[in-house]
Amino acid sequence: MKRFVFRNRWLPYALVAPQVAVTLAFFFWPAFDSLRLSLYRASPFGDRLIWAGFANFERLFRDPAYLRSALTSFVFSFVVTFAGLALALLLASFANAKIRGLAVYRSLLLWPYGIAPAIGGIIWLFIFHPSYGILPWVLSFVTAYQFNWFLKGWVAMTLIVMAAIWKQFGYNLAFYLAGLQAIEASVLEAASVDGAGPIRRFFAVTFPLLSPVTFFLFTLNMTFSFFDTFGLIHSVTQGGPGDATSILVYRAWKDGFEGLQLGFSAAQSVVLMALVILLTAFQFRFAEKRVTY
Amino acid sequence: MERRAGIVLVLTVVLLVGVPAPALAKTEIQWWHAMTAVLGERVNEIAAKFNASQNEYEVKAIYKGSYPDTLNAAIAAYRAKQPPHIVQVFEVGTQTMLSSGAVYPVFQLMRDNGIAVDWNDLIGPVKSYYSTAGNLYSMAFNSSTPILFYNKDLFKKAGLADTPPATWDEVEAIAKKLTGAGAKCGFSAAWPSWTLVENMHALHDQPFADHANGFDGLATRLQINGAFGVTMMELLQRGAKEGWFTYNGRLNKAEANMGGGECGIFLSSSAYIGNLTRASEGKFTWGTGPLPRMSGYPQGNSIIGGATLWVMKGAKPEEYTGVAQFFKYLASTENQAWWAGVTGYLPLTNAAVKAMESSGHFQKNPSQRTAVTQMLGGKTTPNSQGIRLGNFASVRDAIEEQMENIFSGKKAAKQGLDDAVAKSGEILKEFAALYK
Repeated sequence: MKRFVFRNRWLPYALVAPQVAVTLAFFFWPAFDSLRLSLYRASPFGDRLIWAGFANFERLFRDPAYLRSALTSFVFSFVVTFAGLALALLLASFANAKIRGLAVYRSLLLWPYGIAPAIGGIIWLFIFHPSYGILPWVLSFVTAYQFNWFLKGWVAMTLIVMAAIWKQFGYNLAFYLAGLQAIEASVLEAASVDGAGPIRRFFAVTFPLLSPVTFFLFTLNMTFSFFDTFGLIHSVTQGGPGDATSILVYRAWKDGFEGLQLGFSAAQSVVLMALVILLTAFQFRFAEKRVTY
Repeated sequence: MERRAGIVLVLTVVLLVGVPAPALAKTEIQWWHAMTAVLGERVNEIAAKFNASQNEYEVKAIYKGSYPDTLNAAIAAYRAKQPPHIVQVFEVGTQTMLSSGAVYPVFQLMRDNGIAVDWNDLIGPVKSYYSTAGNLYSMAFNSSTPILFYNKDLFKKAGLADTPPATWDEVEAIAKKLTGAGAKCGFSAAWPSWTLVENMHALHDQPFADHANGFDGLATRLQINGAFGVTMMELLQRGAKEGWFTYNGRLNKAEANMGGGECGIFLSSSAYIGNLTRASEGKFTWGTGPLPRMSGYPQGNSIIGGATLWVMKGAKPEEYTGVAQFFKYLASTENQAWWAGVTGYLPLTNAAVKAMESSGHFQKNPSQRTAVTQMLGGKTTPNSQGIRLGNFASVRDAIEEQMENIFSGKKAAKQGLDDAVAKSGEILKEFAALYK
């Protein structure tokens, strides 16, 4: 790689300055503000700011509902990520085959990604609504079981998981498809010559070669399901029934913007921030070792 | 039709030609609100009528999203020192506003501007909910109270008489017959905590929270896990299990089921009348009745929901004069009777009730009389004057979470209510710590 050296001492700094400014203004400043706010009890209108020490955090970790919510978030994120990636990889392998109408098939599979999570949520709501949704109506002919996710926590959870997987599906597929196409045919041919069947070929050659893509998608899907599914949950279940679908980010929003408990909500954001830092560090430290680039 | 088009044309011309010149001299008053669809149009109409009635002030009605969104927008604006003059805040935010130190109390505003208002003409429940020590802190605007709705077609199909159930025993018996005759949902309710917990306690003169529901000092503990609350939840839990009560979600989500003609008996806000009229048009007929009672408990009153208009600190005196003039217009009998008539919200003054009575409005719209009769016929006691809690939105959330756990059979009624009391205790304690 060729190294480029600037003659002007200030030019490189001037060039990166806008990006640094944006990061400072939109990332570091709010992050530090949350950090500060998490140590206070703050009134909504800002007239009272009372030092609380770690009282907000103490309240969080004493609350069994919060720990349950943390568990819910992890289960949700892992299921969405693993099932989502497996499904995307499977369909990408099919889409990579030489079949008629491939272009149409591929573009259709990419569509869901173009839909905002909240809109996606509304679509799912219309399909699955216990009383006016089409699916429960169809199911009522097959089984007497009531798929009422207004009251059944696990049904609500399954619904949200499926919606999140569906939402992220196009994106995952696009990356896997690109990854598959980047694998040289000669490598696979060599494996065939050595007598490997399609399944063996996939696990011994294709999958390891795709590991950078998988690694990238894993990180991305984990953060997506941890944070970006807010719109989906807000439009479909609002965290219910009970607190069955109340993931951490949804709780933080609810306590802050509906409950107006600013310090308490800030403490939750700080916990989330710490989790993301840990998660990312963990992934780069351990997952990267097993990735073949 | 043609004549209406003509009027619209004339109005447009008047607006185009007439407004720009004096607009420069007019004092602008910002009114942030959360009214959508038809209600939003009515709000614009109020502003337009007031603006046309004088030429010193221009009220600008601005939609800011849902109730919580509107409150958050006002908070952000206040912190940035750019508050609107008037903001519409839902009843749940009352204590937050009272404690905020950011508001200019309405009784003071009117007094400072020398406008005499007969506050005693406000109907009791509205006045008690929004007053402190007899002084009104925010301008009553859209208030409603829950009532019972019933689907007459489903009643007929089940061979039932065309009368709404008056007690919970009747609700159960009728709902069972309805589902027996094939109805998908015998009984359901919107706004679960408001209709089934808050209002049921008030209606039966049972305490909802300590310190007289927060009116005699900051409330620190809910009292919904007493004998009455448990009986109520056990009844509903049994109903859900036996199939005559269908839970249809938080907020007003259940209205979709009532509007779709599925439910026989239904509890919701009296302000639902307008939407139900539209949803049921040409599909089914319905009637209304007062909230069902449980025998053996004293008479209280139902409490109100909805929102009021708060005046924010930080504007100029001449702007406040405009706000006061605008409120005087809002309180006028003419405006009150019109607003209640077109929306289904309660008329807020006794004079407006009388005006609607004498104009024959209630005769033509009997469903709108139900809420008024229920409110005026109840007894205002420390338990039924209203509920004033800090962080009420979070408290309500804690209650509804447990209601879902009870209805699904995950928890016994007593256990669920105990858990709701414990969780909301934490929330209330936080608020008290902030405003000690």
